[in-house]
Amino acid sequence: MKPAPFEYFVPTSVEEAVELLARHGDDAKVLAGGQSLVPMMNFRLAQPAVLIDINRIVELGYIREGDSSIAIGAMTRQRVVETSPMVRDKCAILSEALANVGHQAIRNRGTMGGTLAHGDPAAEVATVLLTLGGSVTVAGPQGKRELSPEELLAGPYAAGISSDELIVEINFPILAANETHGFLEMSRRHGDFALAGVAAVLRMGEGNICERARVALCGVAPTPVRATEVENQLTGKRLDASTIQAAAELASRAVDCEDEYHASREYRTHLCQVYVRRTIQLALERWGNN
Amino acid sequence: MRPVGRKITVTVNGEQYVREVEPRLLLADFLRHGLQLFGTHVGCEHGVCGACTILFDGVAQRSCLIFAIQADGAEILTVESLAQSGKLNLLQKAFHEHHGLQCGFCTPGMLMTALELLRENPSPSDQEVRAGISGVLCRCTGYKQIVDSINAAALAIAGAEAAE
Repeated sequence: MKPAPFEYFVPTSVEEAVELLARHGDDAKVLAGGQSLVPMMNFRLAQPAVLIDINRIVELGYIREGDSSIAIGAMTRQRVVETSPMVRDKCAILSEALANVGHQAIRNRGTMGGTLAHGDPAAEVATVLLTLGGSVTVAGPQGKRELSPEELLAGPYAAGISSDELIVEINFPILAANETHGFLEMSRRHGDFALAGVAAVLRMGEGNICERARVALCGVAPTPVRATEVENQLTGKRLDASTIQAAAELASRAVDCEDEYHASREYRTHLCQVYVRRTIQLALERWGNN
Repeated sequence: MRPVGRKITVTVNGEQYVREVEPRLLLADFLRHGLQLFGTHVGCEHGVCGACTILFDGVAQRSCLIFAIQADGAEILTVESLAQSGKLNLLQKAFHEHHGLQCGFCTPGMLMTALELLRENPSPSDQEVRAGISGVLCRCTGYKQIVDSINAAALAIAGAEAAE
């Protein structure tokens, strides 16, 4: 299992990388952490003629706290974000979700931009981005443009960016004082891809009333998806065991997958209900303990 | 067609090497066949088994998912860096004493992973050890002896540091 030959470029600036992408576009793959791309190359499922290695673009490695969001450079390693005290303090759902991405040695090299560009249906970072309603900035020959999570999540393994564009920054909104959150997922072994995962952010009011709910699922549809019927069911309700259960039962409406050898559609649907219930409960407990 | 190699300078276990590498050469293969450092094992070649885990600029990474050309200027530590003058270090000694290896195939990955784990968390709980080594697969011992070995190493390292 060895990769097929390729031409290798190692730009040191975004400008240089974008020039290379403009020149090689469809024949090229961008190499960030390589934790998904290199396995595919080793299997020769991917045989790019050109590899553009962005690991030397130091300007893409940063975490910056803004007034209402955290800006993270695309080459920032997942483990750096996971262990950042600021991220844990301002956007704990991101740290918690990252702890589920592969294993530590994977996160030590895997990048924030890489997971989003790869577009795995079970990707935790994309699910959190969708839940929070953040944004992604890409650079291309026409300059920079901003994508919503929905625009980015165009399809399975098909991020909504063109072949001459490069993800440069991801913006995650900071959780407000009246918001609580949860992230839980089920995988067959620690670090495996999620059979089903749930991210939830709830804006809470007096008496445990949920004023706004954002809930997204991963691993159960071609891309991470919002569970809008769960959100609508939770909104305006006083959260308790029965209102949470009623909402969780609607999670199956967001499931869009076939039976496959890891899990049947029926089992994944069941997991969604269970994990939505547990995630909302966790969020509510955290709110209560505040 | 044999693409022309490119020159890289890489420090492995404190020694500097200058070599020509083809871009598609994996770091694991470079270490084994280029530098004859066979301690790093290659299992699955797609980042699942963890046997090829090394420290790349100080952090544990899969050497089968990095191209050797990317290691230009990097400092790498492999399992060969652990023993000094033929003497096992405390972590290796703990694996030896607690039967932390059977066939030995996963051991280089386990040791390099445990090295990082104990550096970040010098007295981990059993649960933390299990989570820490979850990225390295062992098909012999059933992990219990490996967890025991890492716990014993944590105590031995703490003891040695207290004695200093």
